[in-house]
Parts: sequence; structure tokens; C-alpha cells
Amino acid sequence: MKSKYIKGFRDGIPIGLGYLSVSFAFGITAVSLGVPPLIALMISMTNVTSAGQLAGLTIMTGGGSVAELILSQIIINLRYALMSVSLSQKLSKNVTLADRFAIAFCNTDEVFAVASGQKGEVGRAYMYGLITAPYFGWAAGTLLGSVASGILPASVMSALGIAIYGMFVAIIIPPAKASRTVAIVCITAAALSCAFYYLPVLNRLSSGFAIILCAVAAAVLGAILSPVKEEEEAEHE
Amino acid sequence: MNNSHYILYTLVMAAVTYLIRMLPLVFIRRKIESRFLRSFLYYIPYAVLGAMTFPAIFYSTSGMISAAVGCAVAVILAWFGRGLMTVATSACAAVFIVEAILTLL
Repeated sequence: MKSKYIKGFRDGIPIGLGYLSVSFAFGITAVSLGVPPLIALMISMTNVTSAGQLAGLTIMTGGGSVAELILSQIIINLRYALMSVSLSQKLSKNVTLADRFAIAFCNTDEVFAVASGQKGEVGRAYMYGLITAPYFGWAAGTLLGSVASGILPASVMSALGIAIYGMFVAIIIPPAKASRTVAIVCITAAALSCAFYYLPVLNRLSSGFAIILCAVAAAVLGAILSPVKEEEEAEHE
Repeated sequence: MNNSHYILYTLVMAAVTYLIRMLPLVFIRRKIESRFLRSFLYYIPYAVLGAMTFPAIFYSTSGMISAAVGCAVAVILAWFGRGLMTVATSACAAVFIVEAILTLL
């Protein structure tokens, strides 16, 4: 039992280290938008998402409504529902209902990917081990990033401002290079997002709704252009 | 904005996100059949990141010139398969250098 936890913990360390840097960037962005460090930490410790948190941050600091916030979280995080459906079938019999409630809290893209990559079923000790480092990496990075904001000089802060977007670029470019449809989806979403930012009338829509509309339109286009096969979904993660 | 506003929004966000993750894990034990829905969910992360990155990346630093250079550096390095950390830190370094040069001019 204990060795399974340790195996899971080890598998989670690279994820945790990766999260440390992404959430560091999130912490910086949060403080630059006027959110206190402890609130930024609270967001990360209760949400454990990247894109969802950033969209939520934009809405909460930009005077968006609660309805907009809820809708944005549903659209951006809907993919987790799919991952949870898939993970649900992967969990072994020793995973109790209470465990399922706990594991769901930390079912991120990367945790899901690693759990899915295991041979056969995964048990509760492994899953708890796997989510440990990512969860604390995510929290620690946020706190460090938001506190660092107050200490670092303006020139460094300006440079760090691009970090989270640099990471997003690093996430989307390789799959876009490998799949033409993914590239079309990304470019469509980006182009629509620019249209909502720059064009008159369209730019009156709040940024939260704009992201939702752009993302849904681009993903629907992708689903029509080339519906995914089973194998592709497995590779995706 | 005061803290209670932030806390309320944070808790709403957390509750929605948790329900999305928890409900299927607890209640759905079979596969989603609709191929369209599965495809849609497959493309959603890319679409969200595309929409969130552009044009926001160009306003993420103190000037558009440095941001554009940082963006170009990120795209080129990501194209050649560099990891998250390398891409992000190189983009930051590019912004820092460009801004240092611009202040000298």
C-alpha cells in the first residue's frame, strides 16, 4: 500500500515542478491585476486549474458578473468532465466513494494523463501519491509568484508578465504542428479573440464571454472538420 | 474591488470547477457515446488557450514591441519542440533585453 503511494508520488514530481512555474506566473498576473497574494493562493488551492483560473481572474478583476464567471468555468473546464468519465473506468475496486470525491478535486490534465498511462487499473494509494506534488507545487508556486511581485524591480516584472502566455504558446504549438485541425482550431480561436478585442461593437462584449464564444466556435469547427478517433484521444493527453 | 468580492468569486469558481470534475467521476461509469461531443471536448483546451493567449500576450508587458518579440521567441522555440520552462523563460529574457535596449535608445 505504502509503496504504491510512493510510486504515485514519484510520478507526480515532474508535474509538481512544472506546476511550480506555471502557478508562479499565475501569482504574478494575479497581483498585477490587483489581487492580494493570499487571495491568489486561495484561488489556486480551491480551483487547481490554469486556464480556468486565469479566465476567472480576468472576470473578477474586470467587473464581470457571477453568471459570466460560472459560464466561463463550465466552458473552459468542461474537458475535465470527459477526463473524469474516462478516469472513472480506470479506478480499481478499492477506490471508495469518499476517495472519488477527493481525487476529483485534483484531476488536472497532467494528473489524468499520467493516471491514464498506467497499465491496468489504478488504486487509491497511487492516486493520492500522484496528486500530492502537483497540488502543493501549484499552491507554492502561486504564493511565491505573488509575493515576488512586490519585491522584484519593474523591468523584471514586465518581463515576467509574458511568462504564462509563453507557457500557453508552448502547450499549443507542438500539437498544432502535428495536427492540421488543431492548428486551424488555435488560429480560429486566436483570430476571433482579436476580432472581439479590436473591432467596434464586438469589443463591447466582456473578455470572459468573448473567450467562451471564441473557444466554443473554434472547437465546434474542429469537431466538424475532423471528428477524433478513439486512438487520437488517448494520444492527446 | 474588496476582498469579500474576490472571495465570493473564488468560491463560486471553485464550486463550479469541482462539480464538473466530481459529478462524472462519481456518477458516470460508462463512456460518452457521442462522437461529436467527444471531438468538441478534445479541441476545447486548444481553442481556449488560443483565445486566451491572443491578443492578451501583446499587452502582458510594459510595451507592445517587447511583447511582440517575446511572443515570436516563444513561438519559434515551441515550434522546435522546446519544453514549457525553456519557452517561457526565453520569452521573458527576450522581453527584458528588448526593453533594456529600448531605454538606451
